Amino acid sequence: MFGARKFWWKLTAVLLLAYTVIGGLLFQVPRLSIVNETIRALYFHVPMWFGMVFLFSVSLVYSIRYLRNPLKGNDTIAVEFANTGLAYGLLGIFTGMIWANYTWGTPWHGDPKQNGAAIATLVYLAYFVLRGSLSNEEQKARISAVYNIFAFAAMIPLIFIIPRMTSSMHPGSGGNPGFNMYDLDSKMRMVFYPAVIGWILLGVWIATLRIRIRNVEEKILDLEDNV
Amino acid sequence: MILTLFQKEFTLELRQKSVASGLVIYLFSTAFICYLTFRLRENLVTPLVWAALFWITILFTVINSIAKSFIGERRGREIYYYSIANPADIILSKIAYNFVLATVLSFSGLLLFYVFLGMPIEDVSIFSLSILLTSLGFAASLTLLSSISSKANNSSILMAVLSFPVVISILLLAIKVSKNCIDGLGWDASWDELLTLAAINCLVSAMSYLLFPYIWRS
Repeated sequence: MFGARKFWWKLTAVLLLAYTVIGGLLFQVPRLSIVNETIRALYFHVPMWFGMVFLFSVSLVYSIRYLRNPLKGNDTIAVEFANTGLAYGLLGIFTGMIWANYTWGTPWHGDPKQNGAAIATLVYLAYFVLRGSLSNEEQKARISAVYNIFAFAAMIPLIFIIPRMTSSMHPGSGGNPGFNMYDLDSKMRMVFYPAVIGWILLGVWIATLRIRIRNVEEKILDLEDNV
Repeated sequence: MILTLFQKEFTLELRQKSVASGLVIYLFSTAFICYLTFRLRENLVTPLVWAALFWITILFTVINSIAKSFIGERRGREIYYYSIANPADIILSKIAYNFVLATVLSFSGLLLFYVFLGMPIEDVSIFSLSILLTSLGFAASLTLLSSISSKANNSSILMAVLSFPVVISILLLAIKVSKNCIDGLGWDASWDELLTLAAINCLVSAMSYLLFPYIWRS
């Protein structure tokens, strides 16, 4: 379990995130009007959304696998990746609110991107409410897998399509400086890409830990039942 | 088979007139409350307020009407359908039926709003098309969610919790189109939104069609 084969990517995550924190706070960043030093939020806020979409996608894949092959393990993986993805989504909203407080003046500005993000987290909160209100284990796993797939399909227009159709004050749209090929300084890329990979790896690590905890808890319950 | 099931939904609806008339009265009372609230202050019903009130009324009426499509069914009847029909036919017939129901309810809502609160819509043809597309989207997504929530024990609360985040993207686009129609901006302005609405409808219908068999099995 603790062999080098499984250990290397966790070490990579730690090293990349240490580099992100040090580099993200100390390296030179371009001076842009209004944004100024808050541009460093790019290393901490934006990777949260990359991580969230990645974790929800893994959860989606395991929900599909559960419907094709109803093993309990698939369901556990789907739930815990959705859980971690939800935590990333909430962190993304909070880091965005801190940033917005300094650049837009208020933490919640009713921007289309903020509203879309809030609704996307509601989708996954509803997923957990659904799981809580079904009592039969097998039914719970199958029906929540169906909702997970359906919710992911409904989330795509919210996160990727509708915010692009409306004008927004979020960087990268409506003529604001932000994440595109011309604005992103090549020095910032050197921290940004490692940051994205590091945060995604950390999310996977948290999810695998939670899966192991859940498996151990179930084993304990089984043993208690047998005694 | 789809046609038979579709006819069966109609026959059942006509036999239990109390449910259908209940929905019409629900719609009427909501529109009437809007009218009473704004009765003497007609200048307060700006076009945007009109659009918001209209879509909120339609959303709640349609959620209530579609929720009963699975939640209301008796256990024995479900087992009977299970033995004679395949799930794809059942979901398609239910979506088709709910689409007709949602369209009828939305247009009667429009009529009621016209009578009570006036009609700020300049471009009725585009607005009607947006009502049709929205009804299809509501029918396709809410039918599946109704079958999901019918499996749980607190189904009526769950229906609202599950449906809100899923239909909100459809509703946002519909509100934007109706804003364009109120301003009389014509086809060029609303074309993008209508296409996106149609694309979301395709996505949601395909998902319902593919996923329903897994719910039906339990």
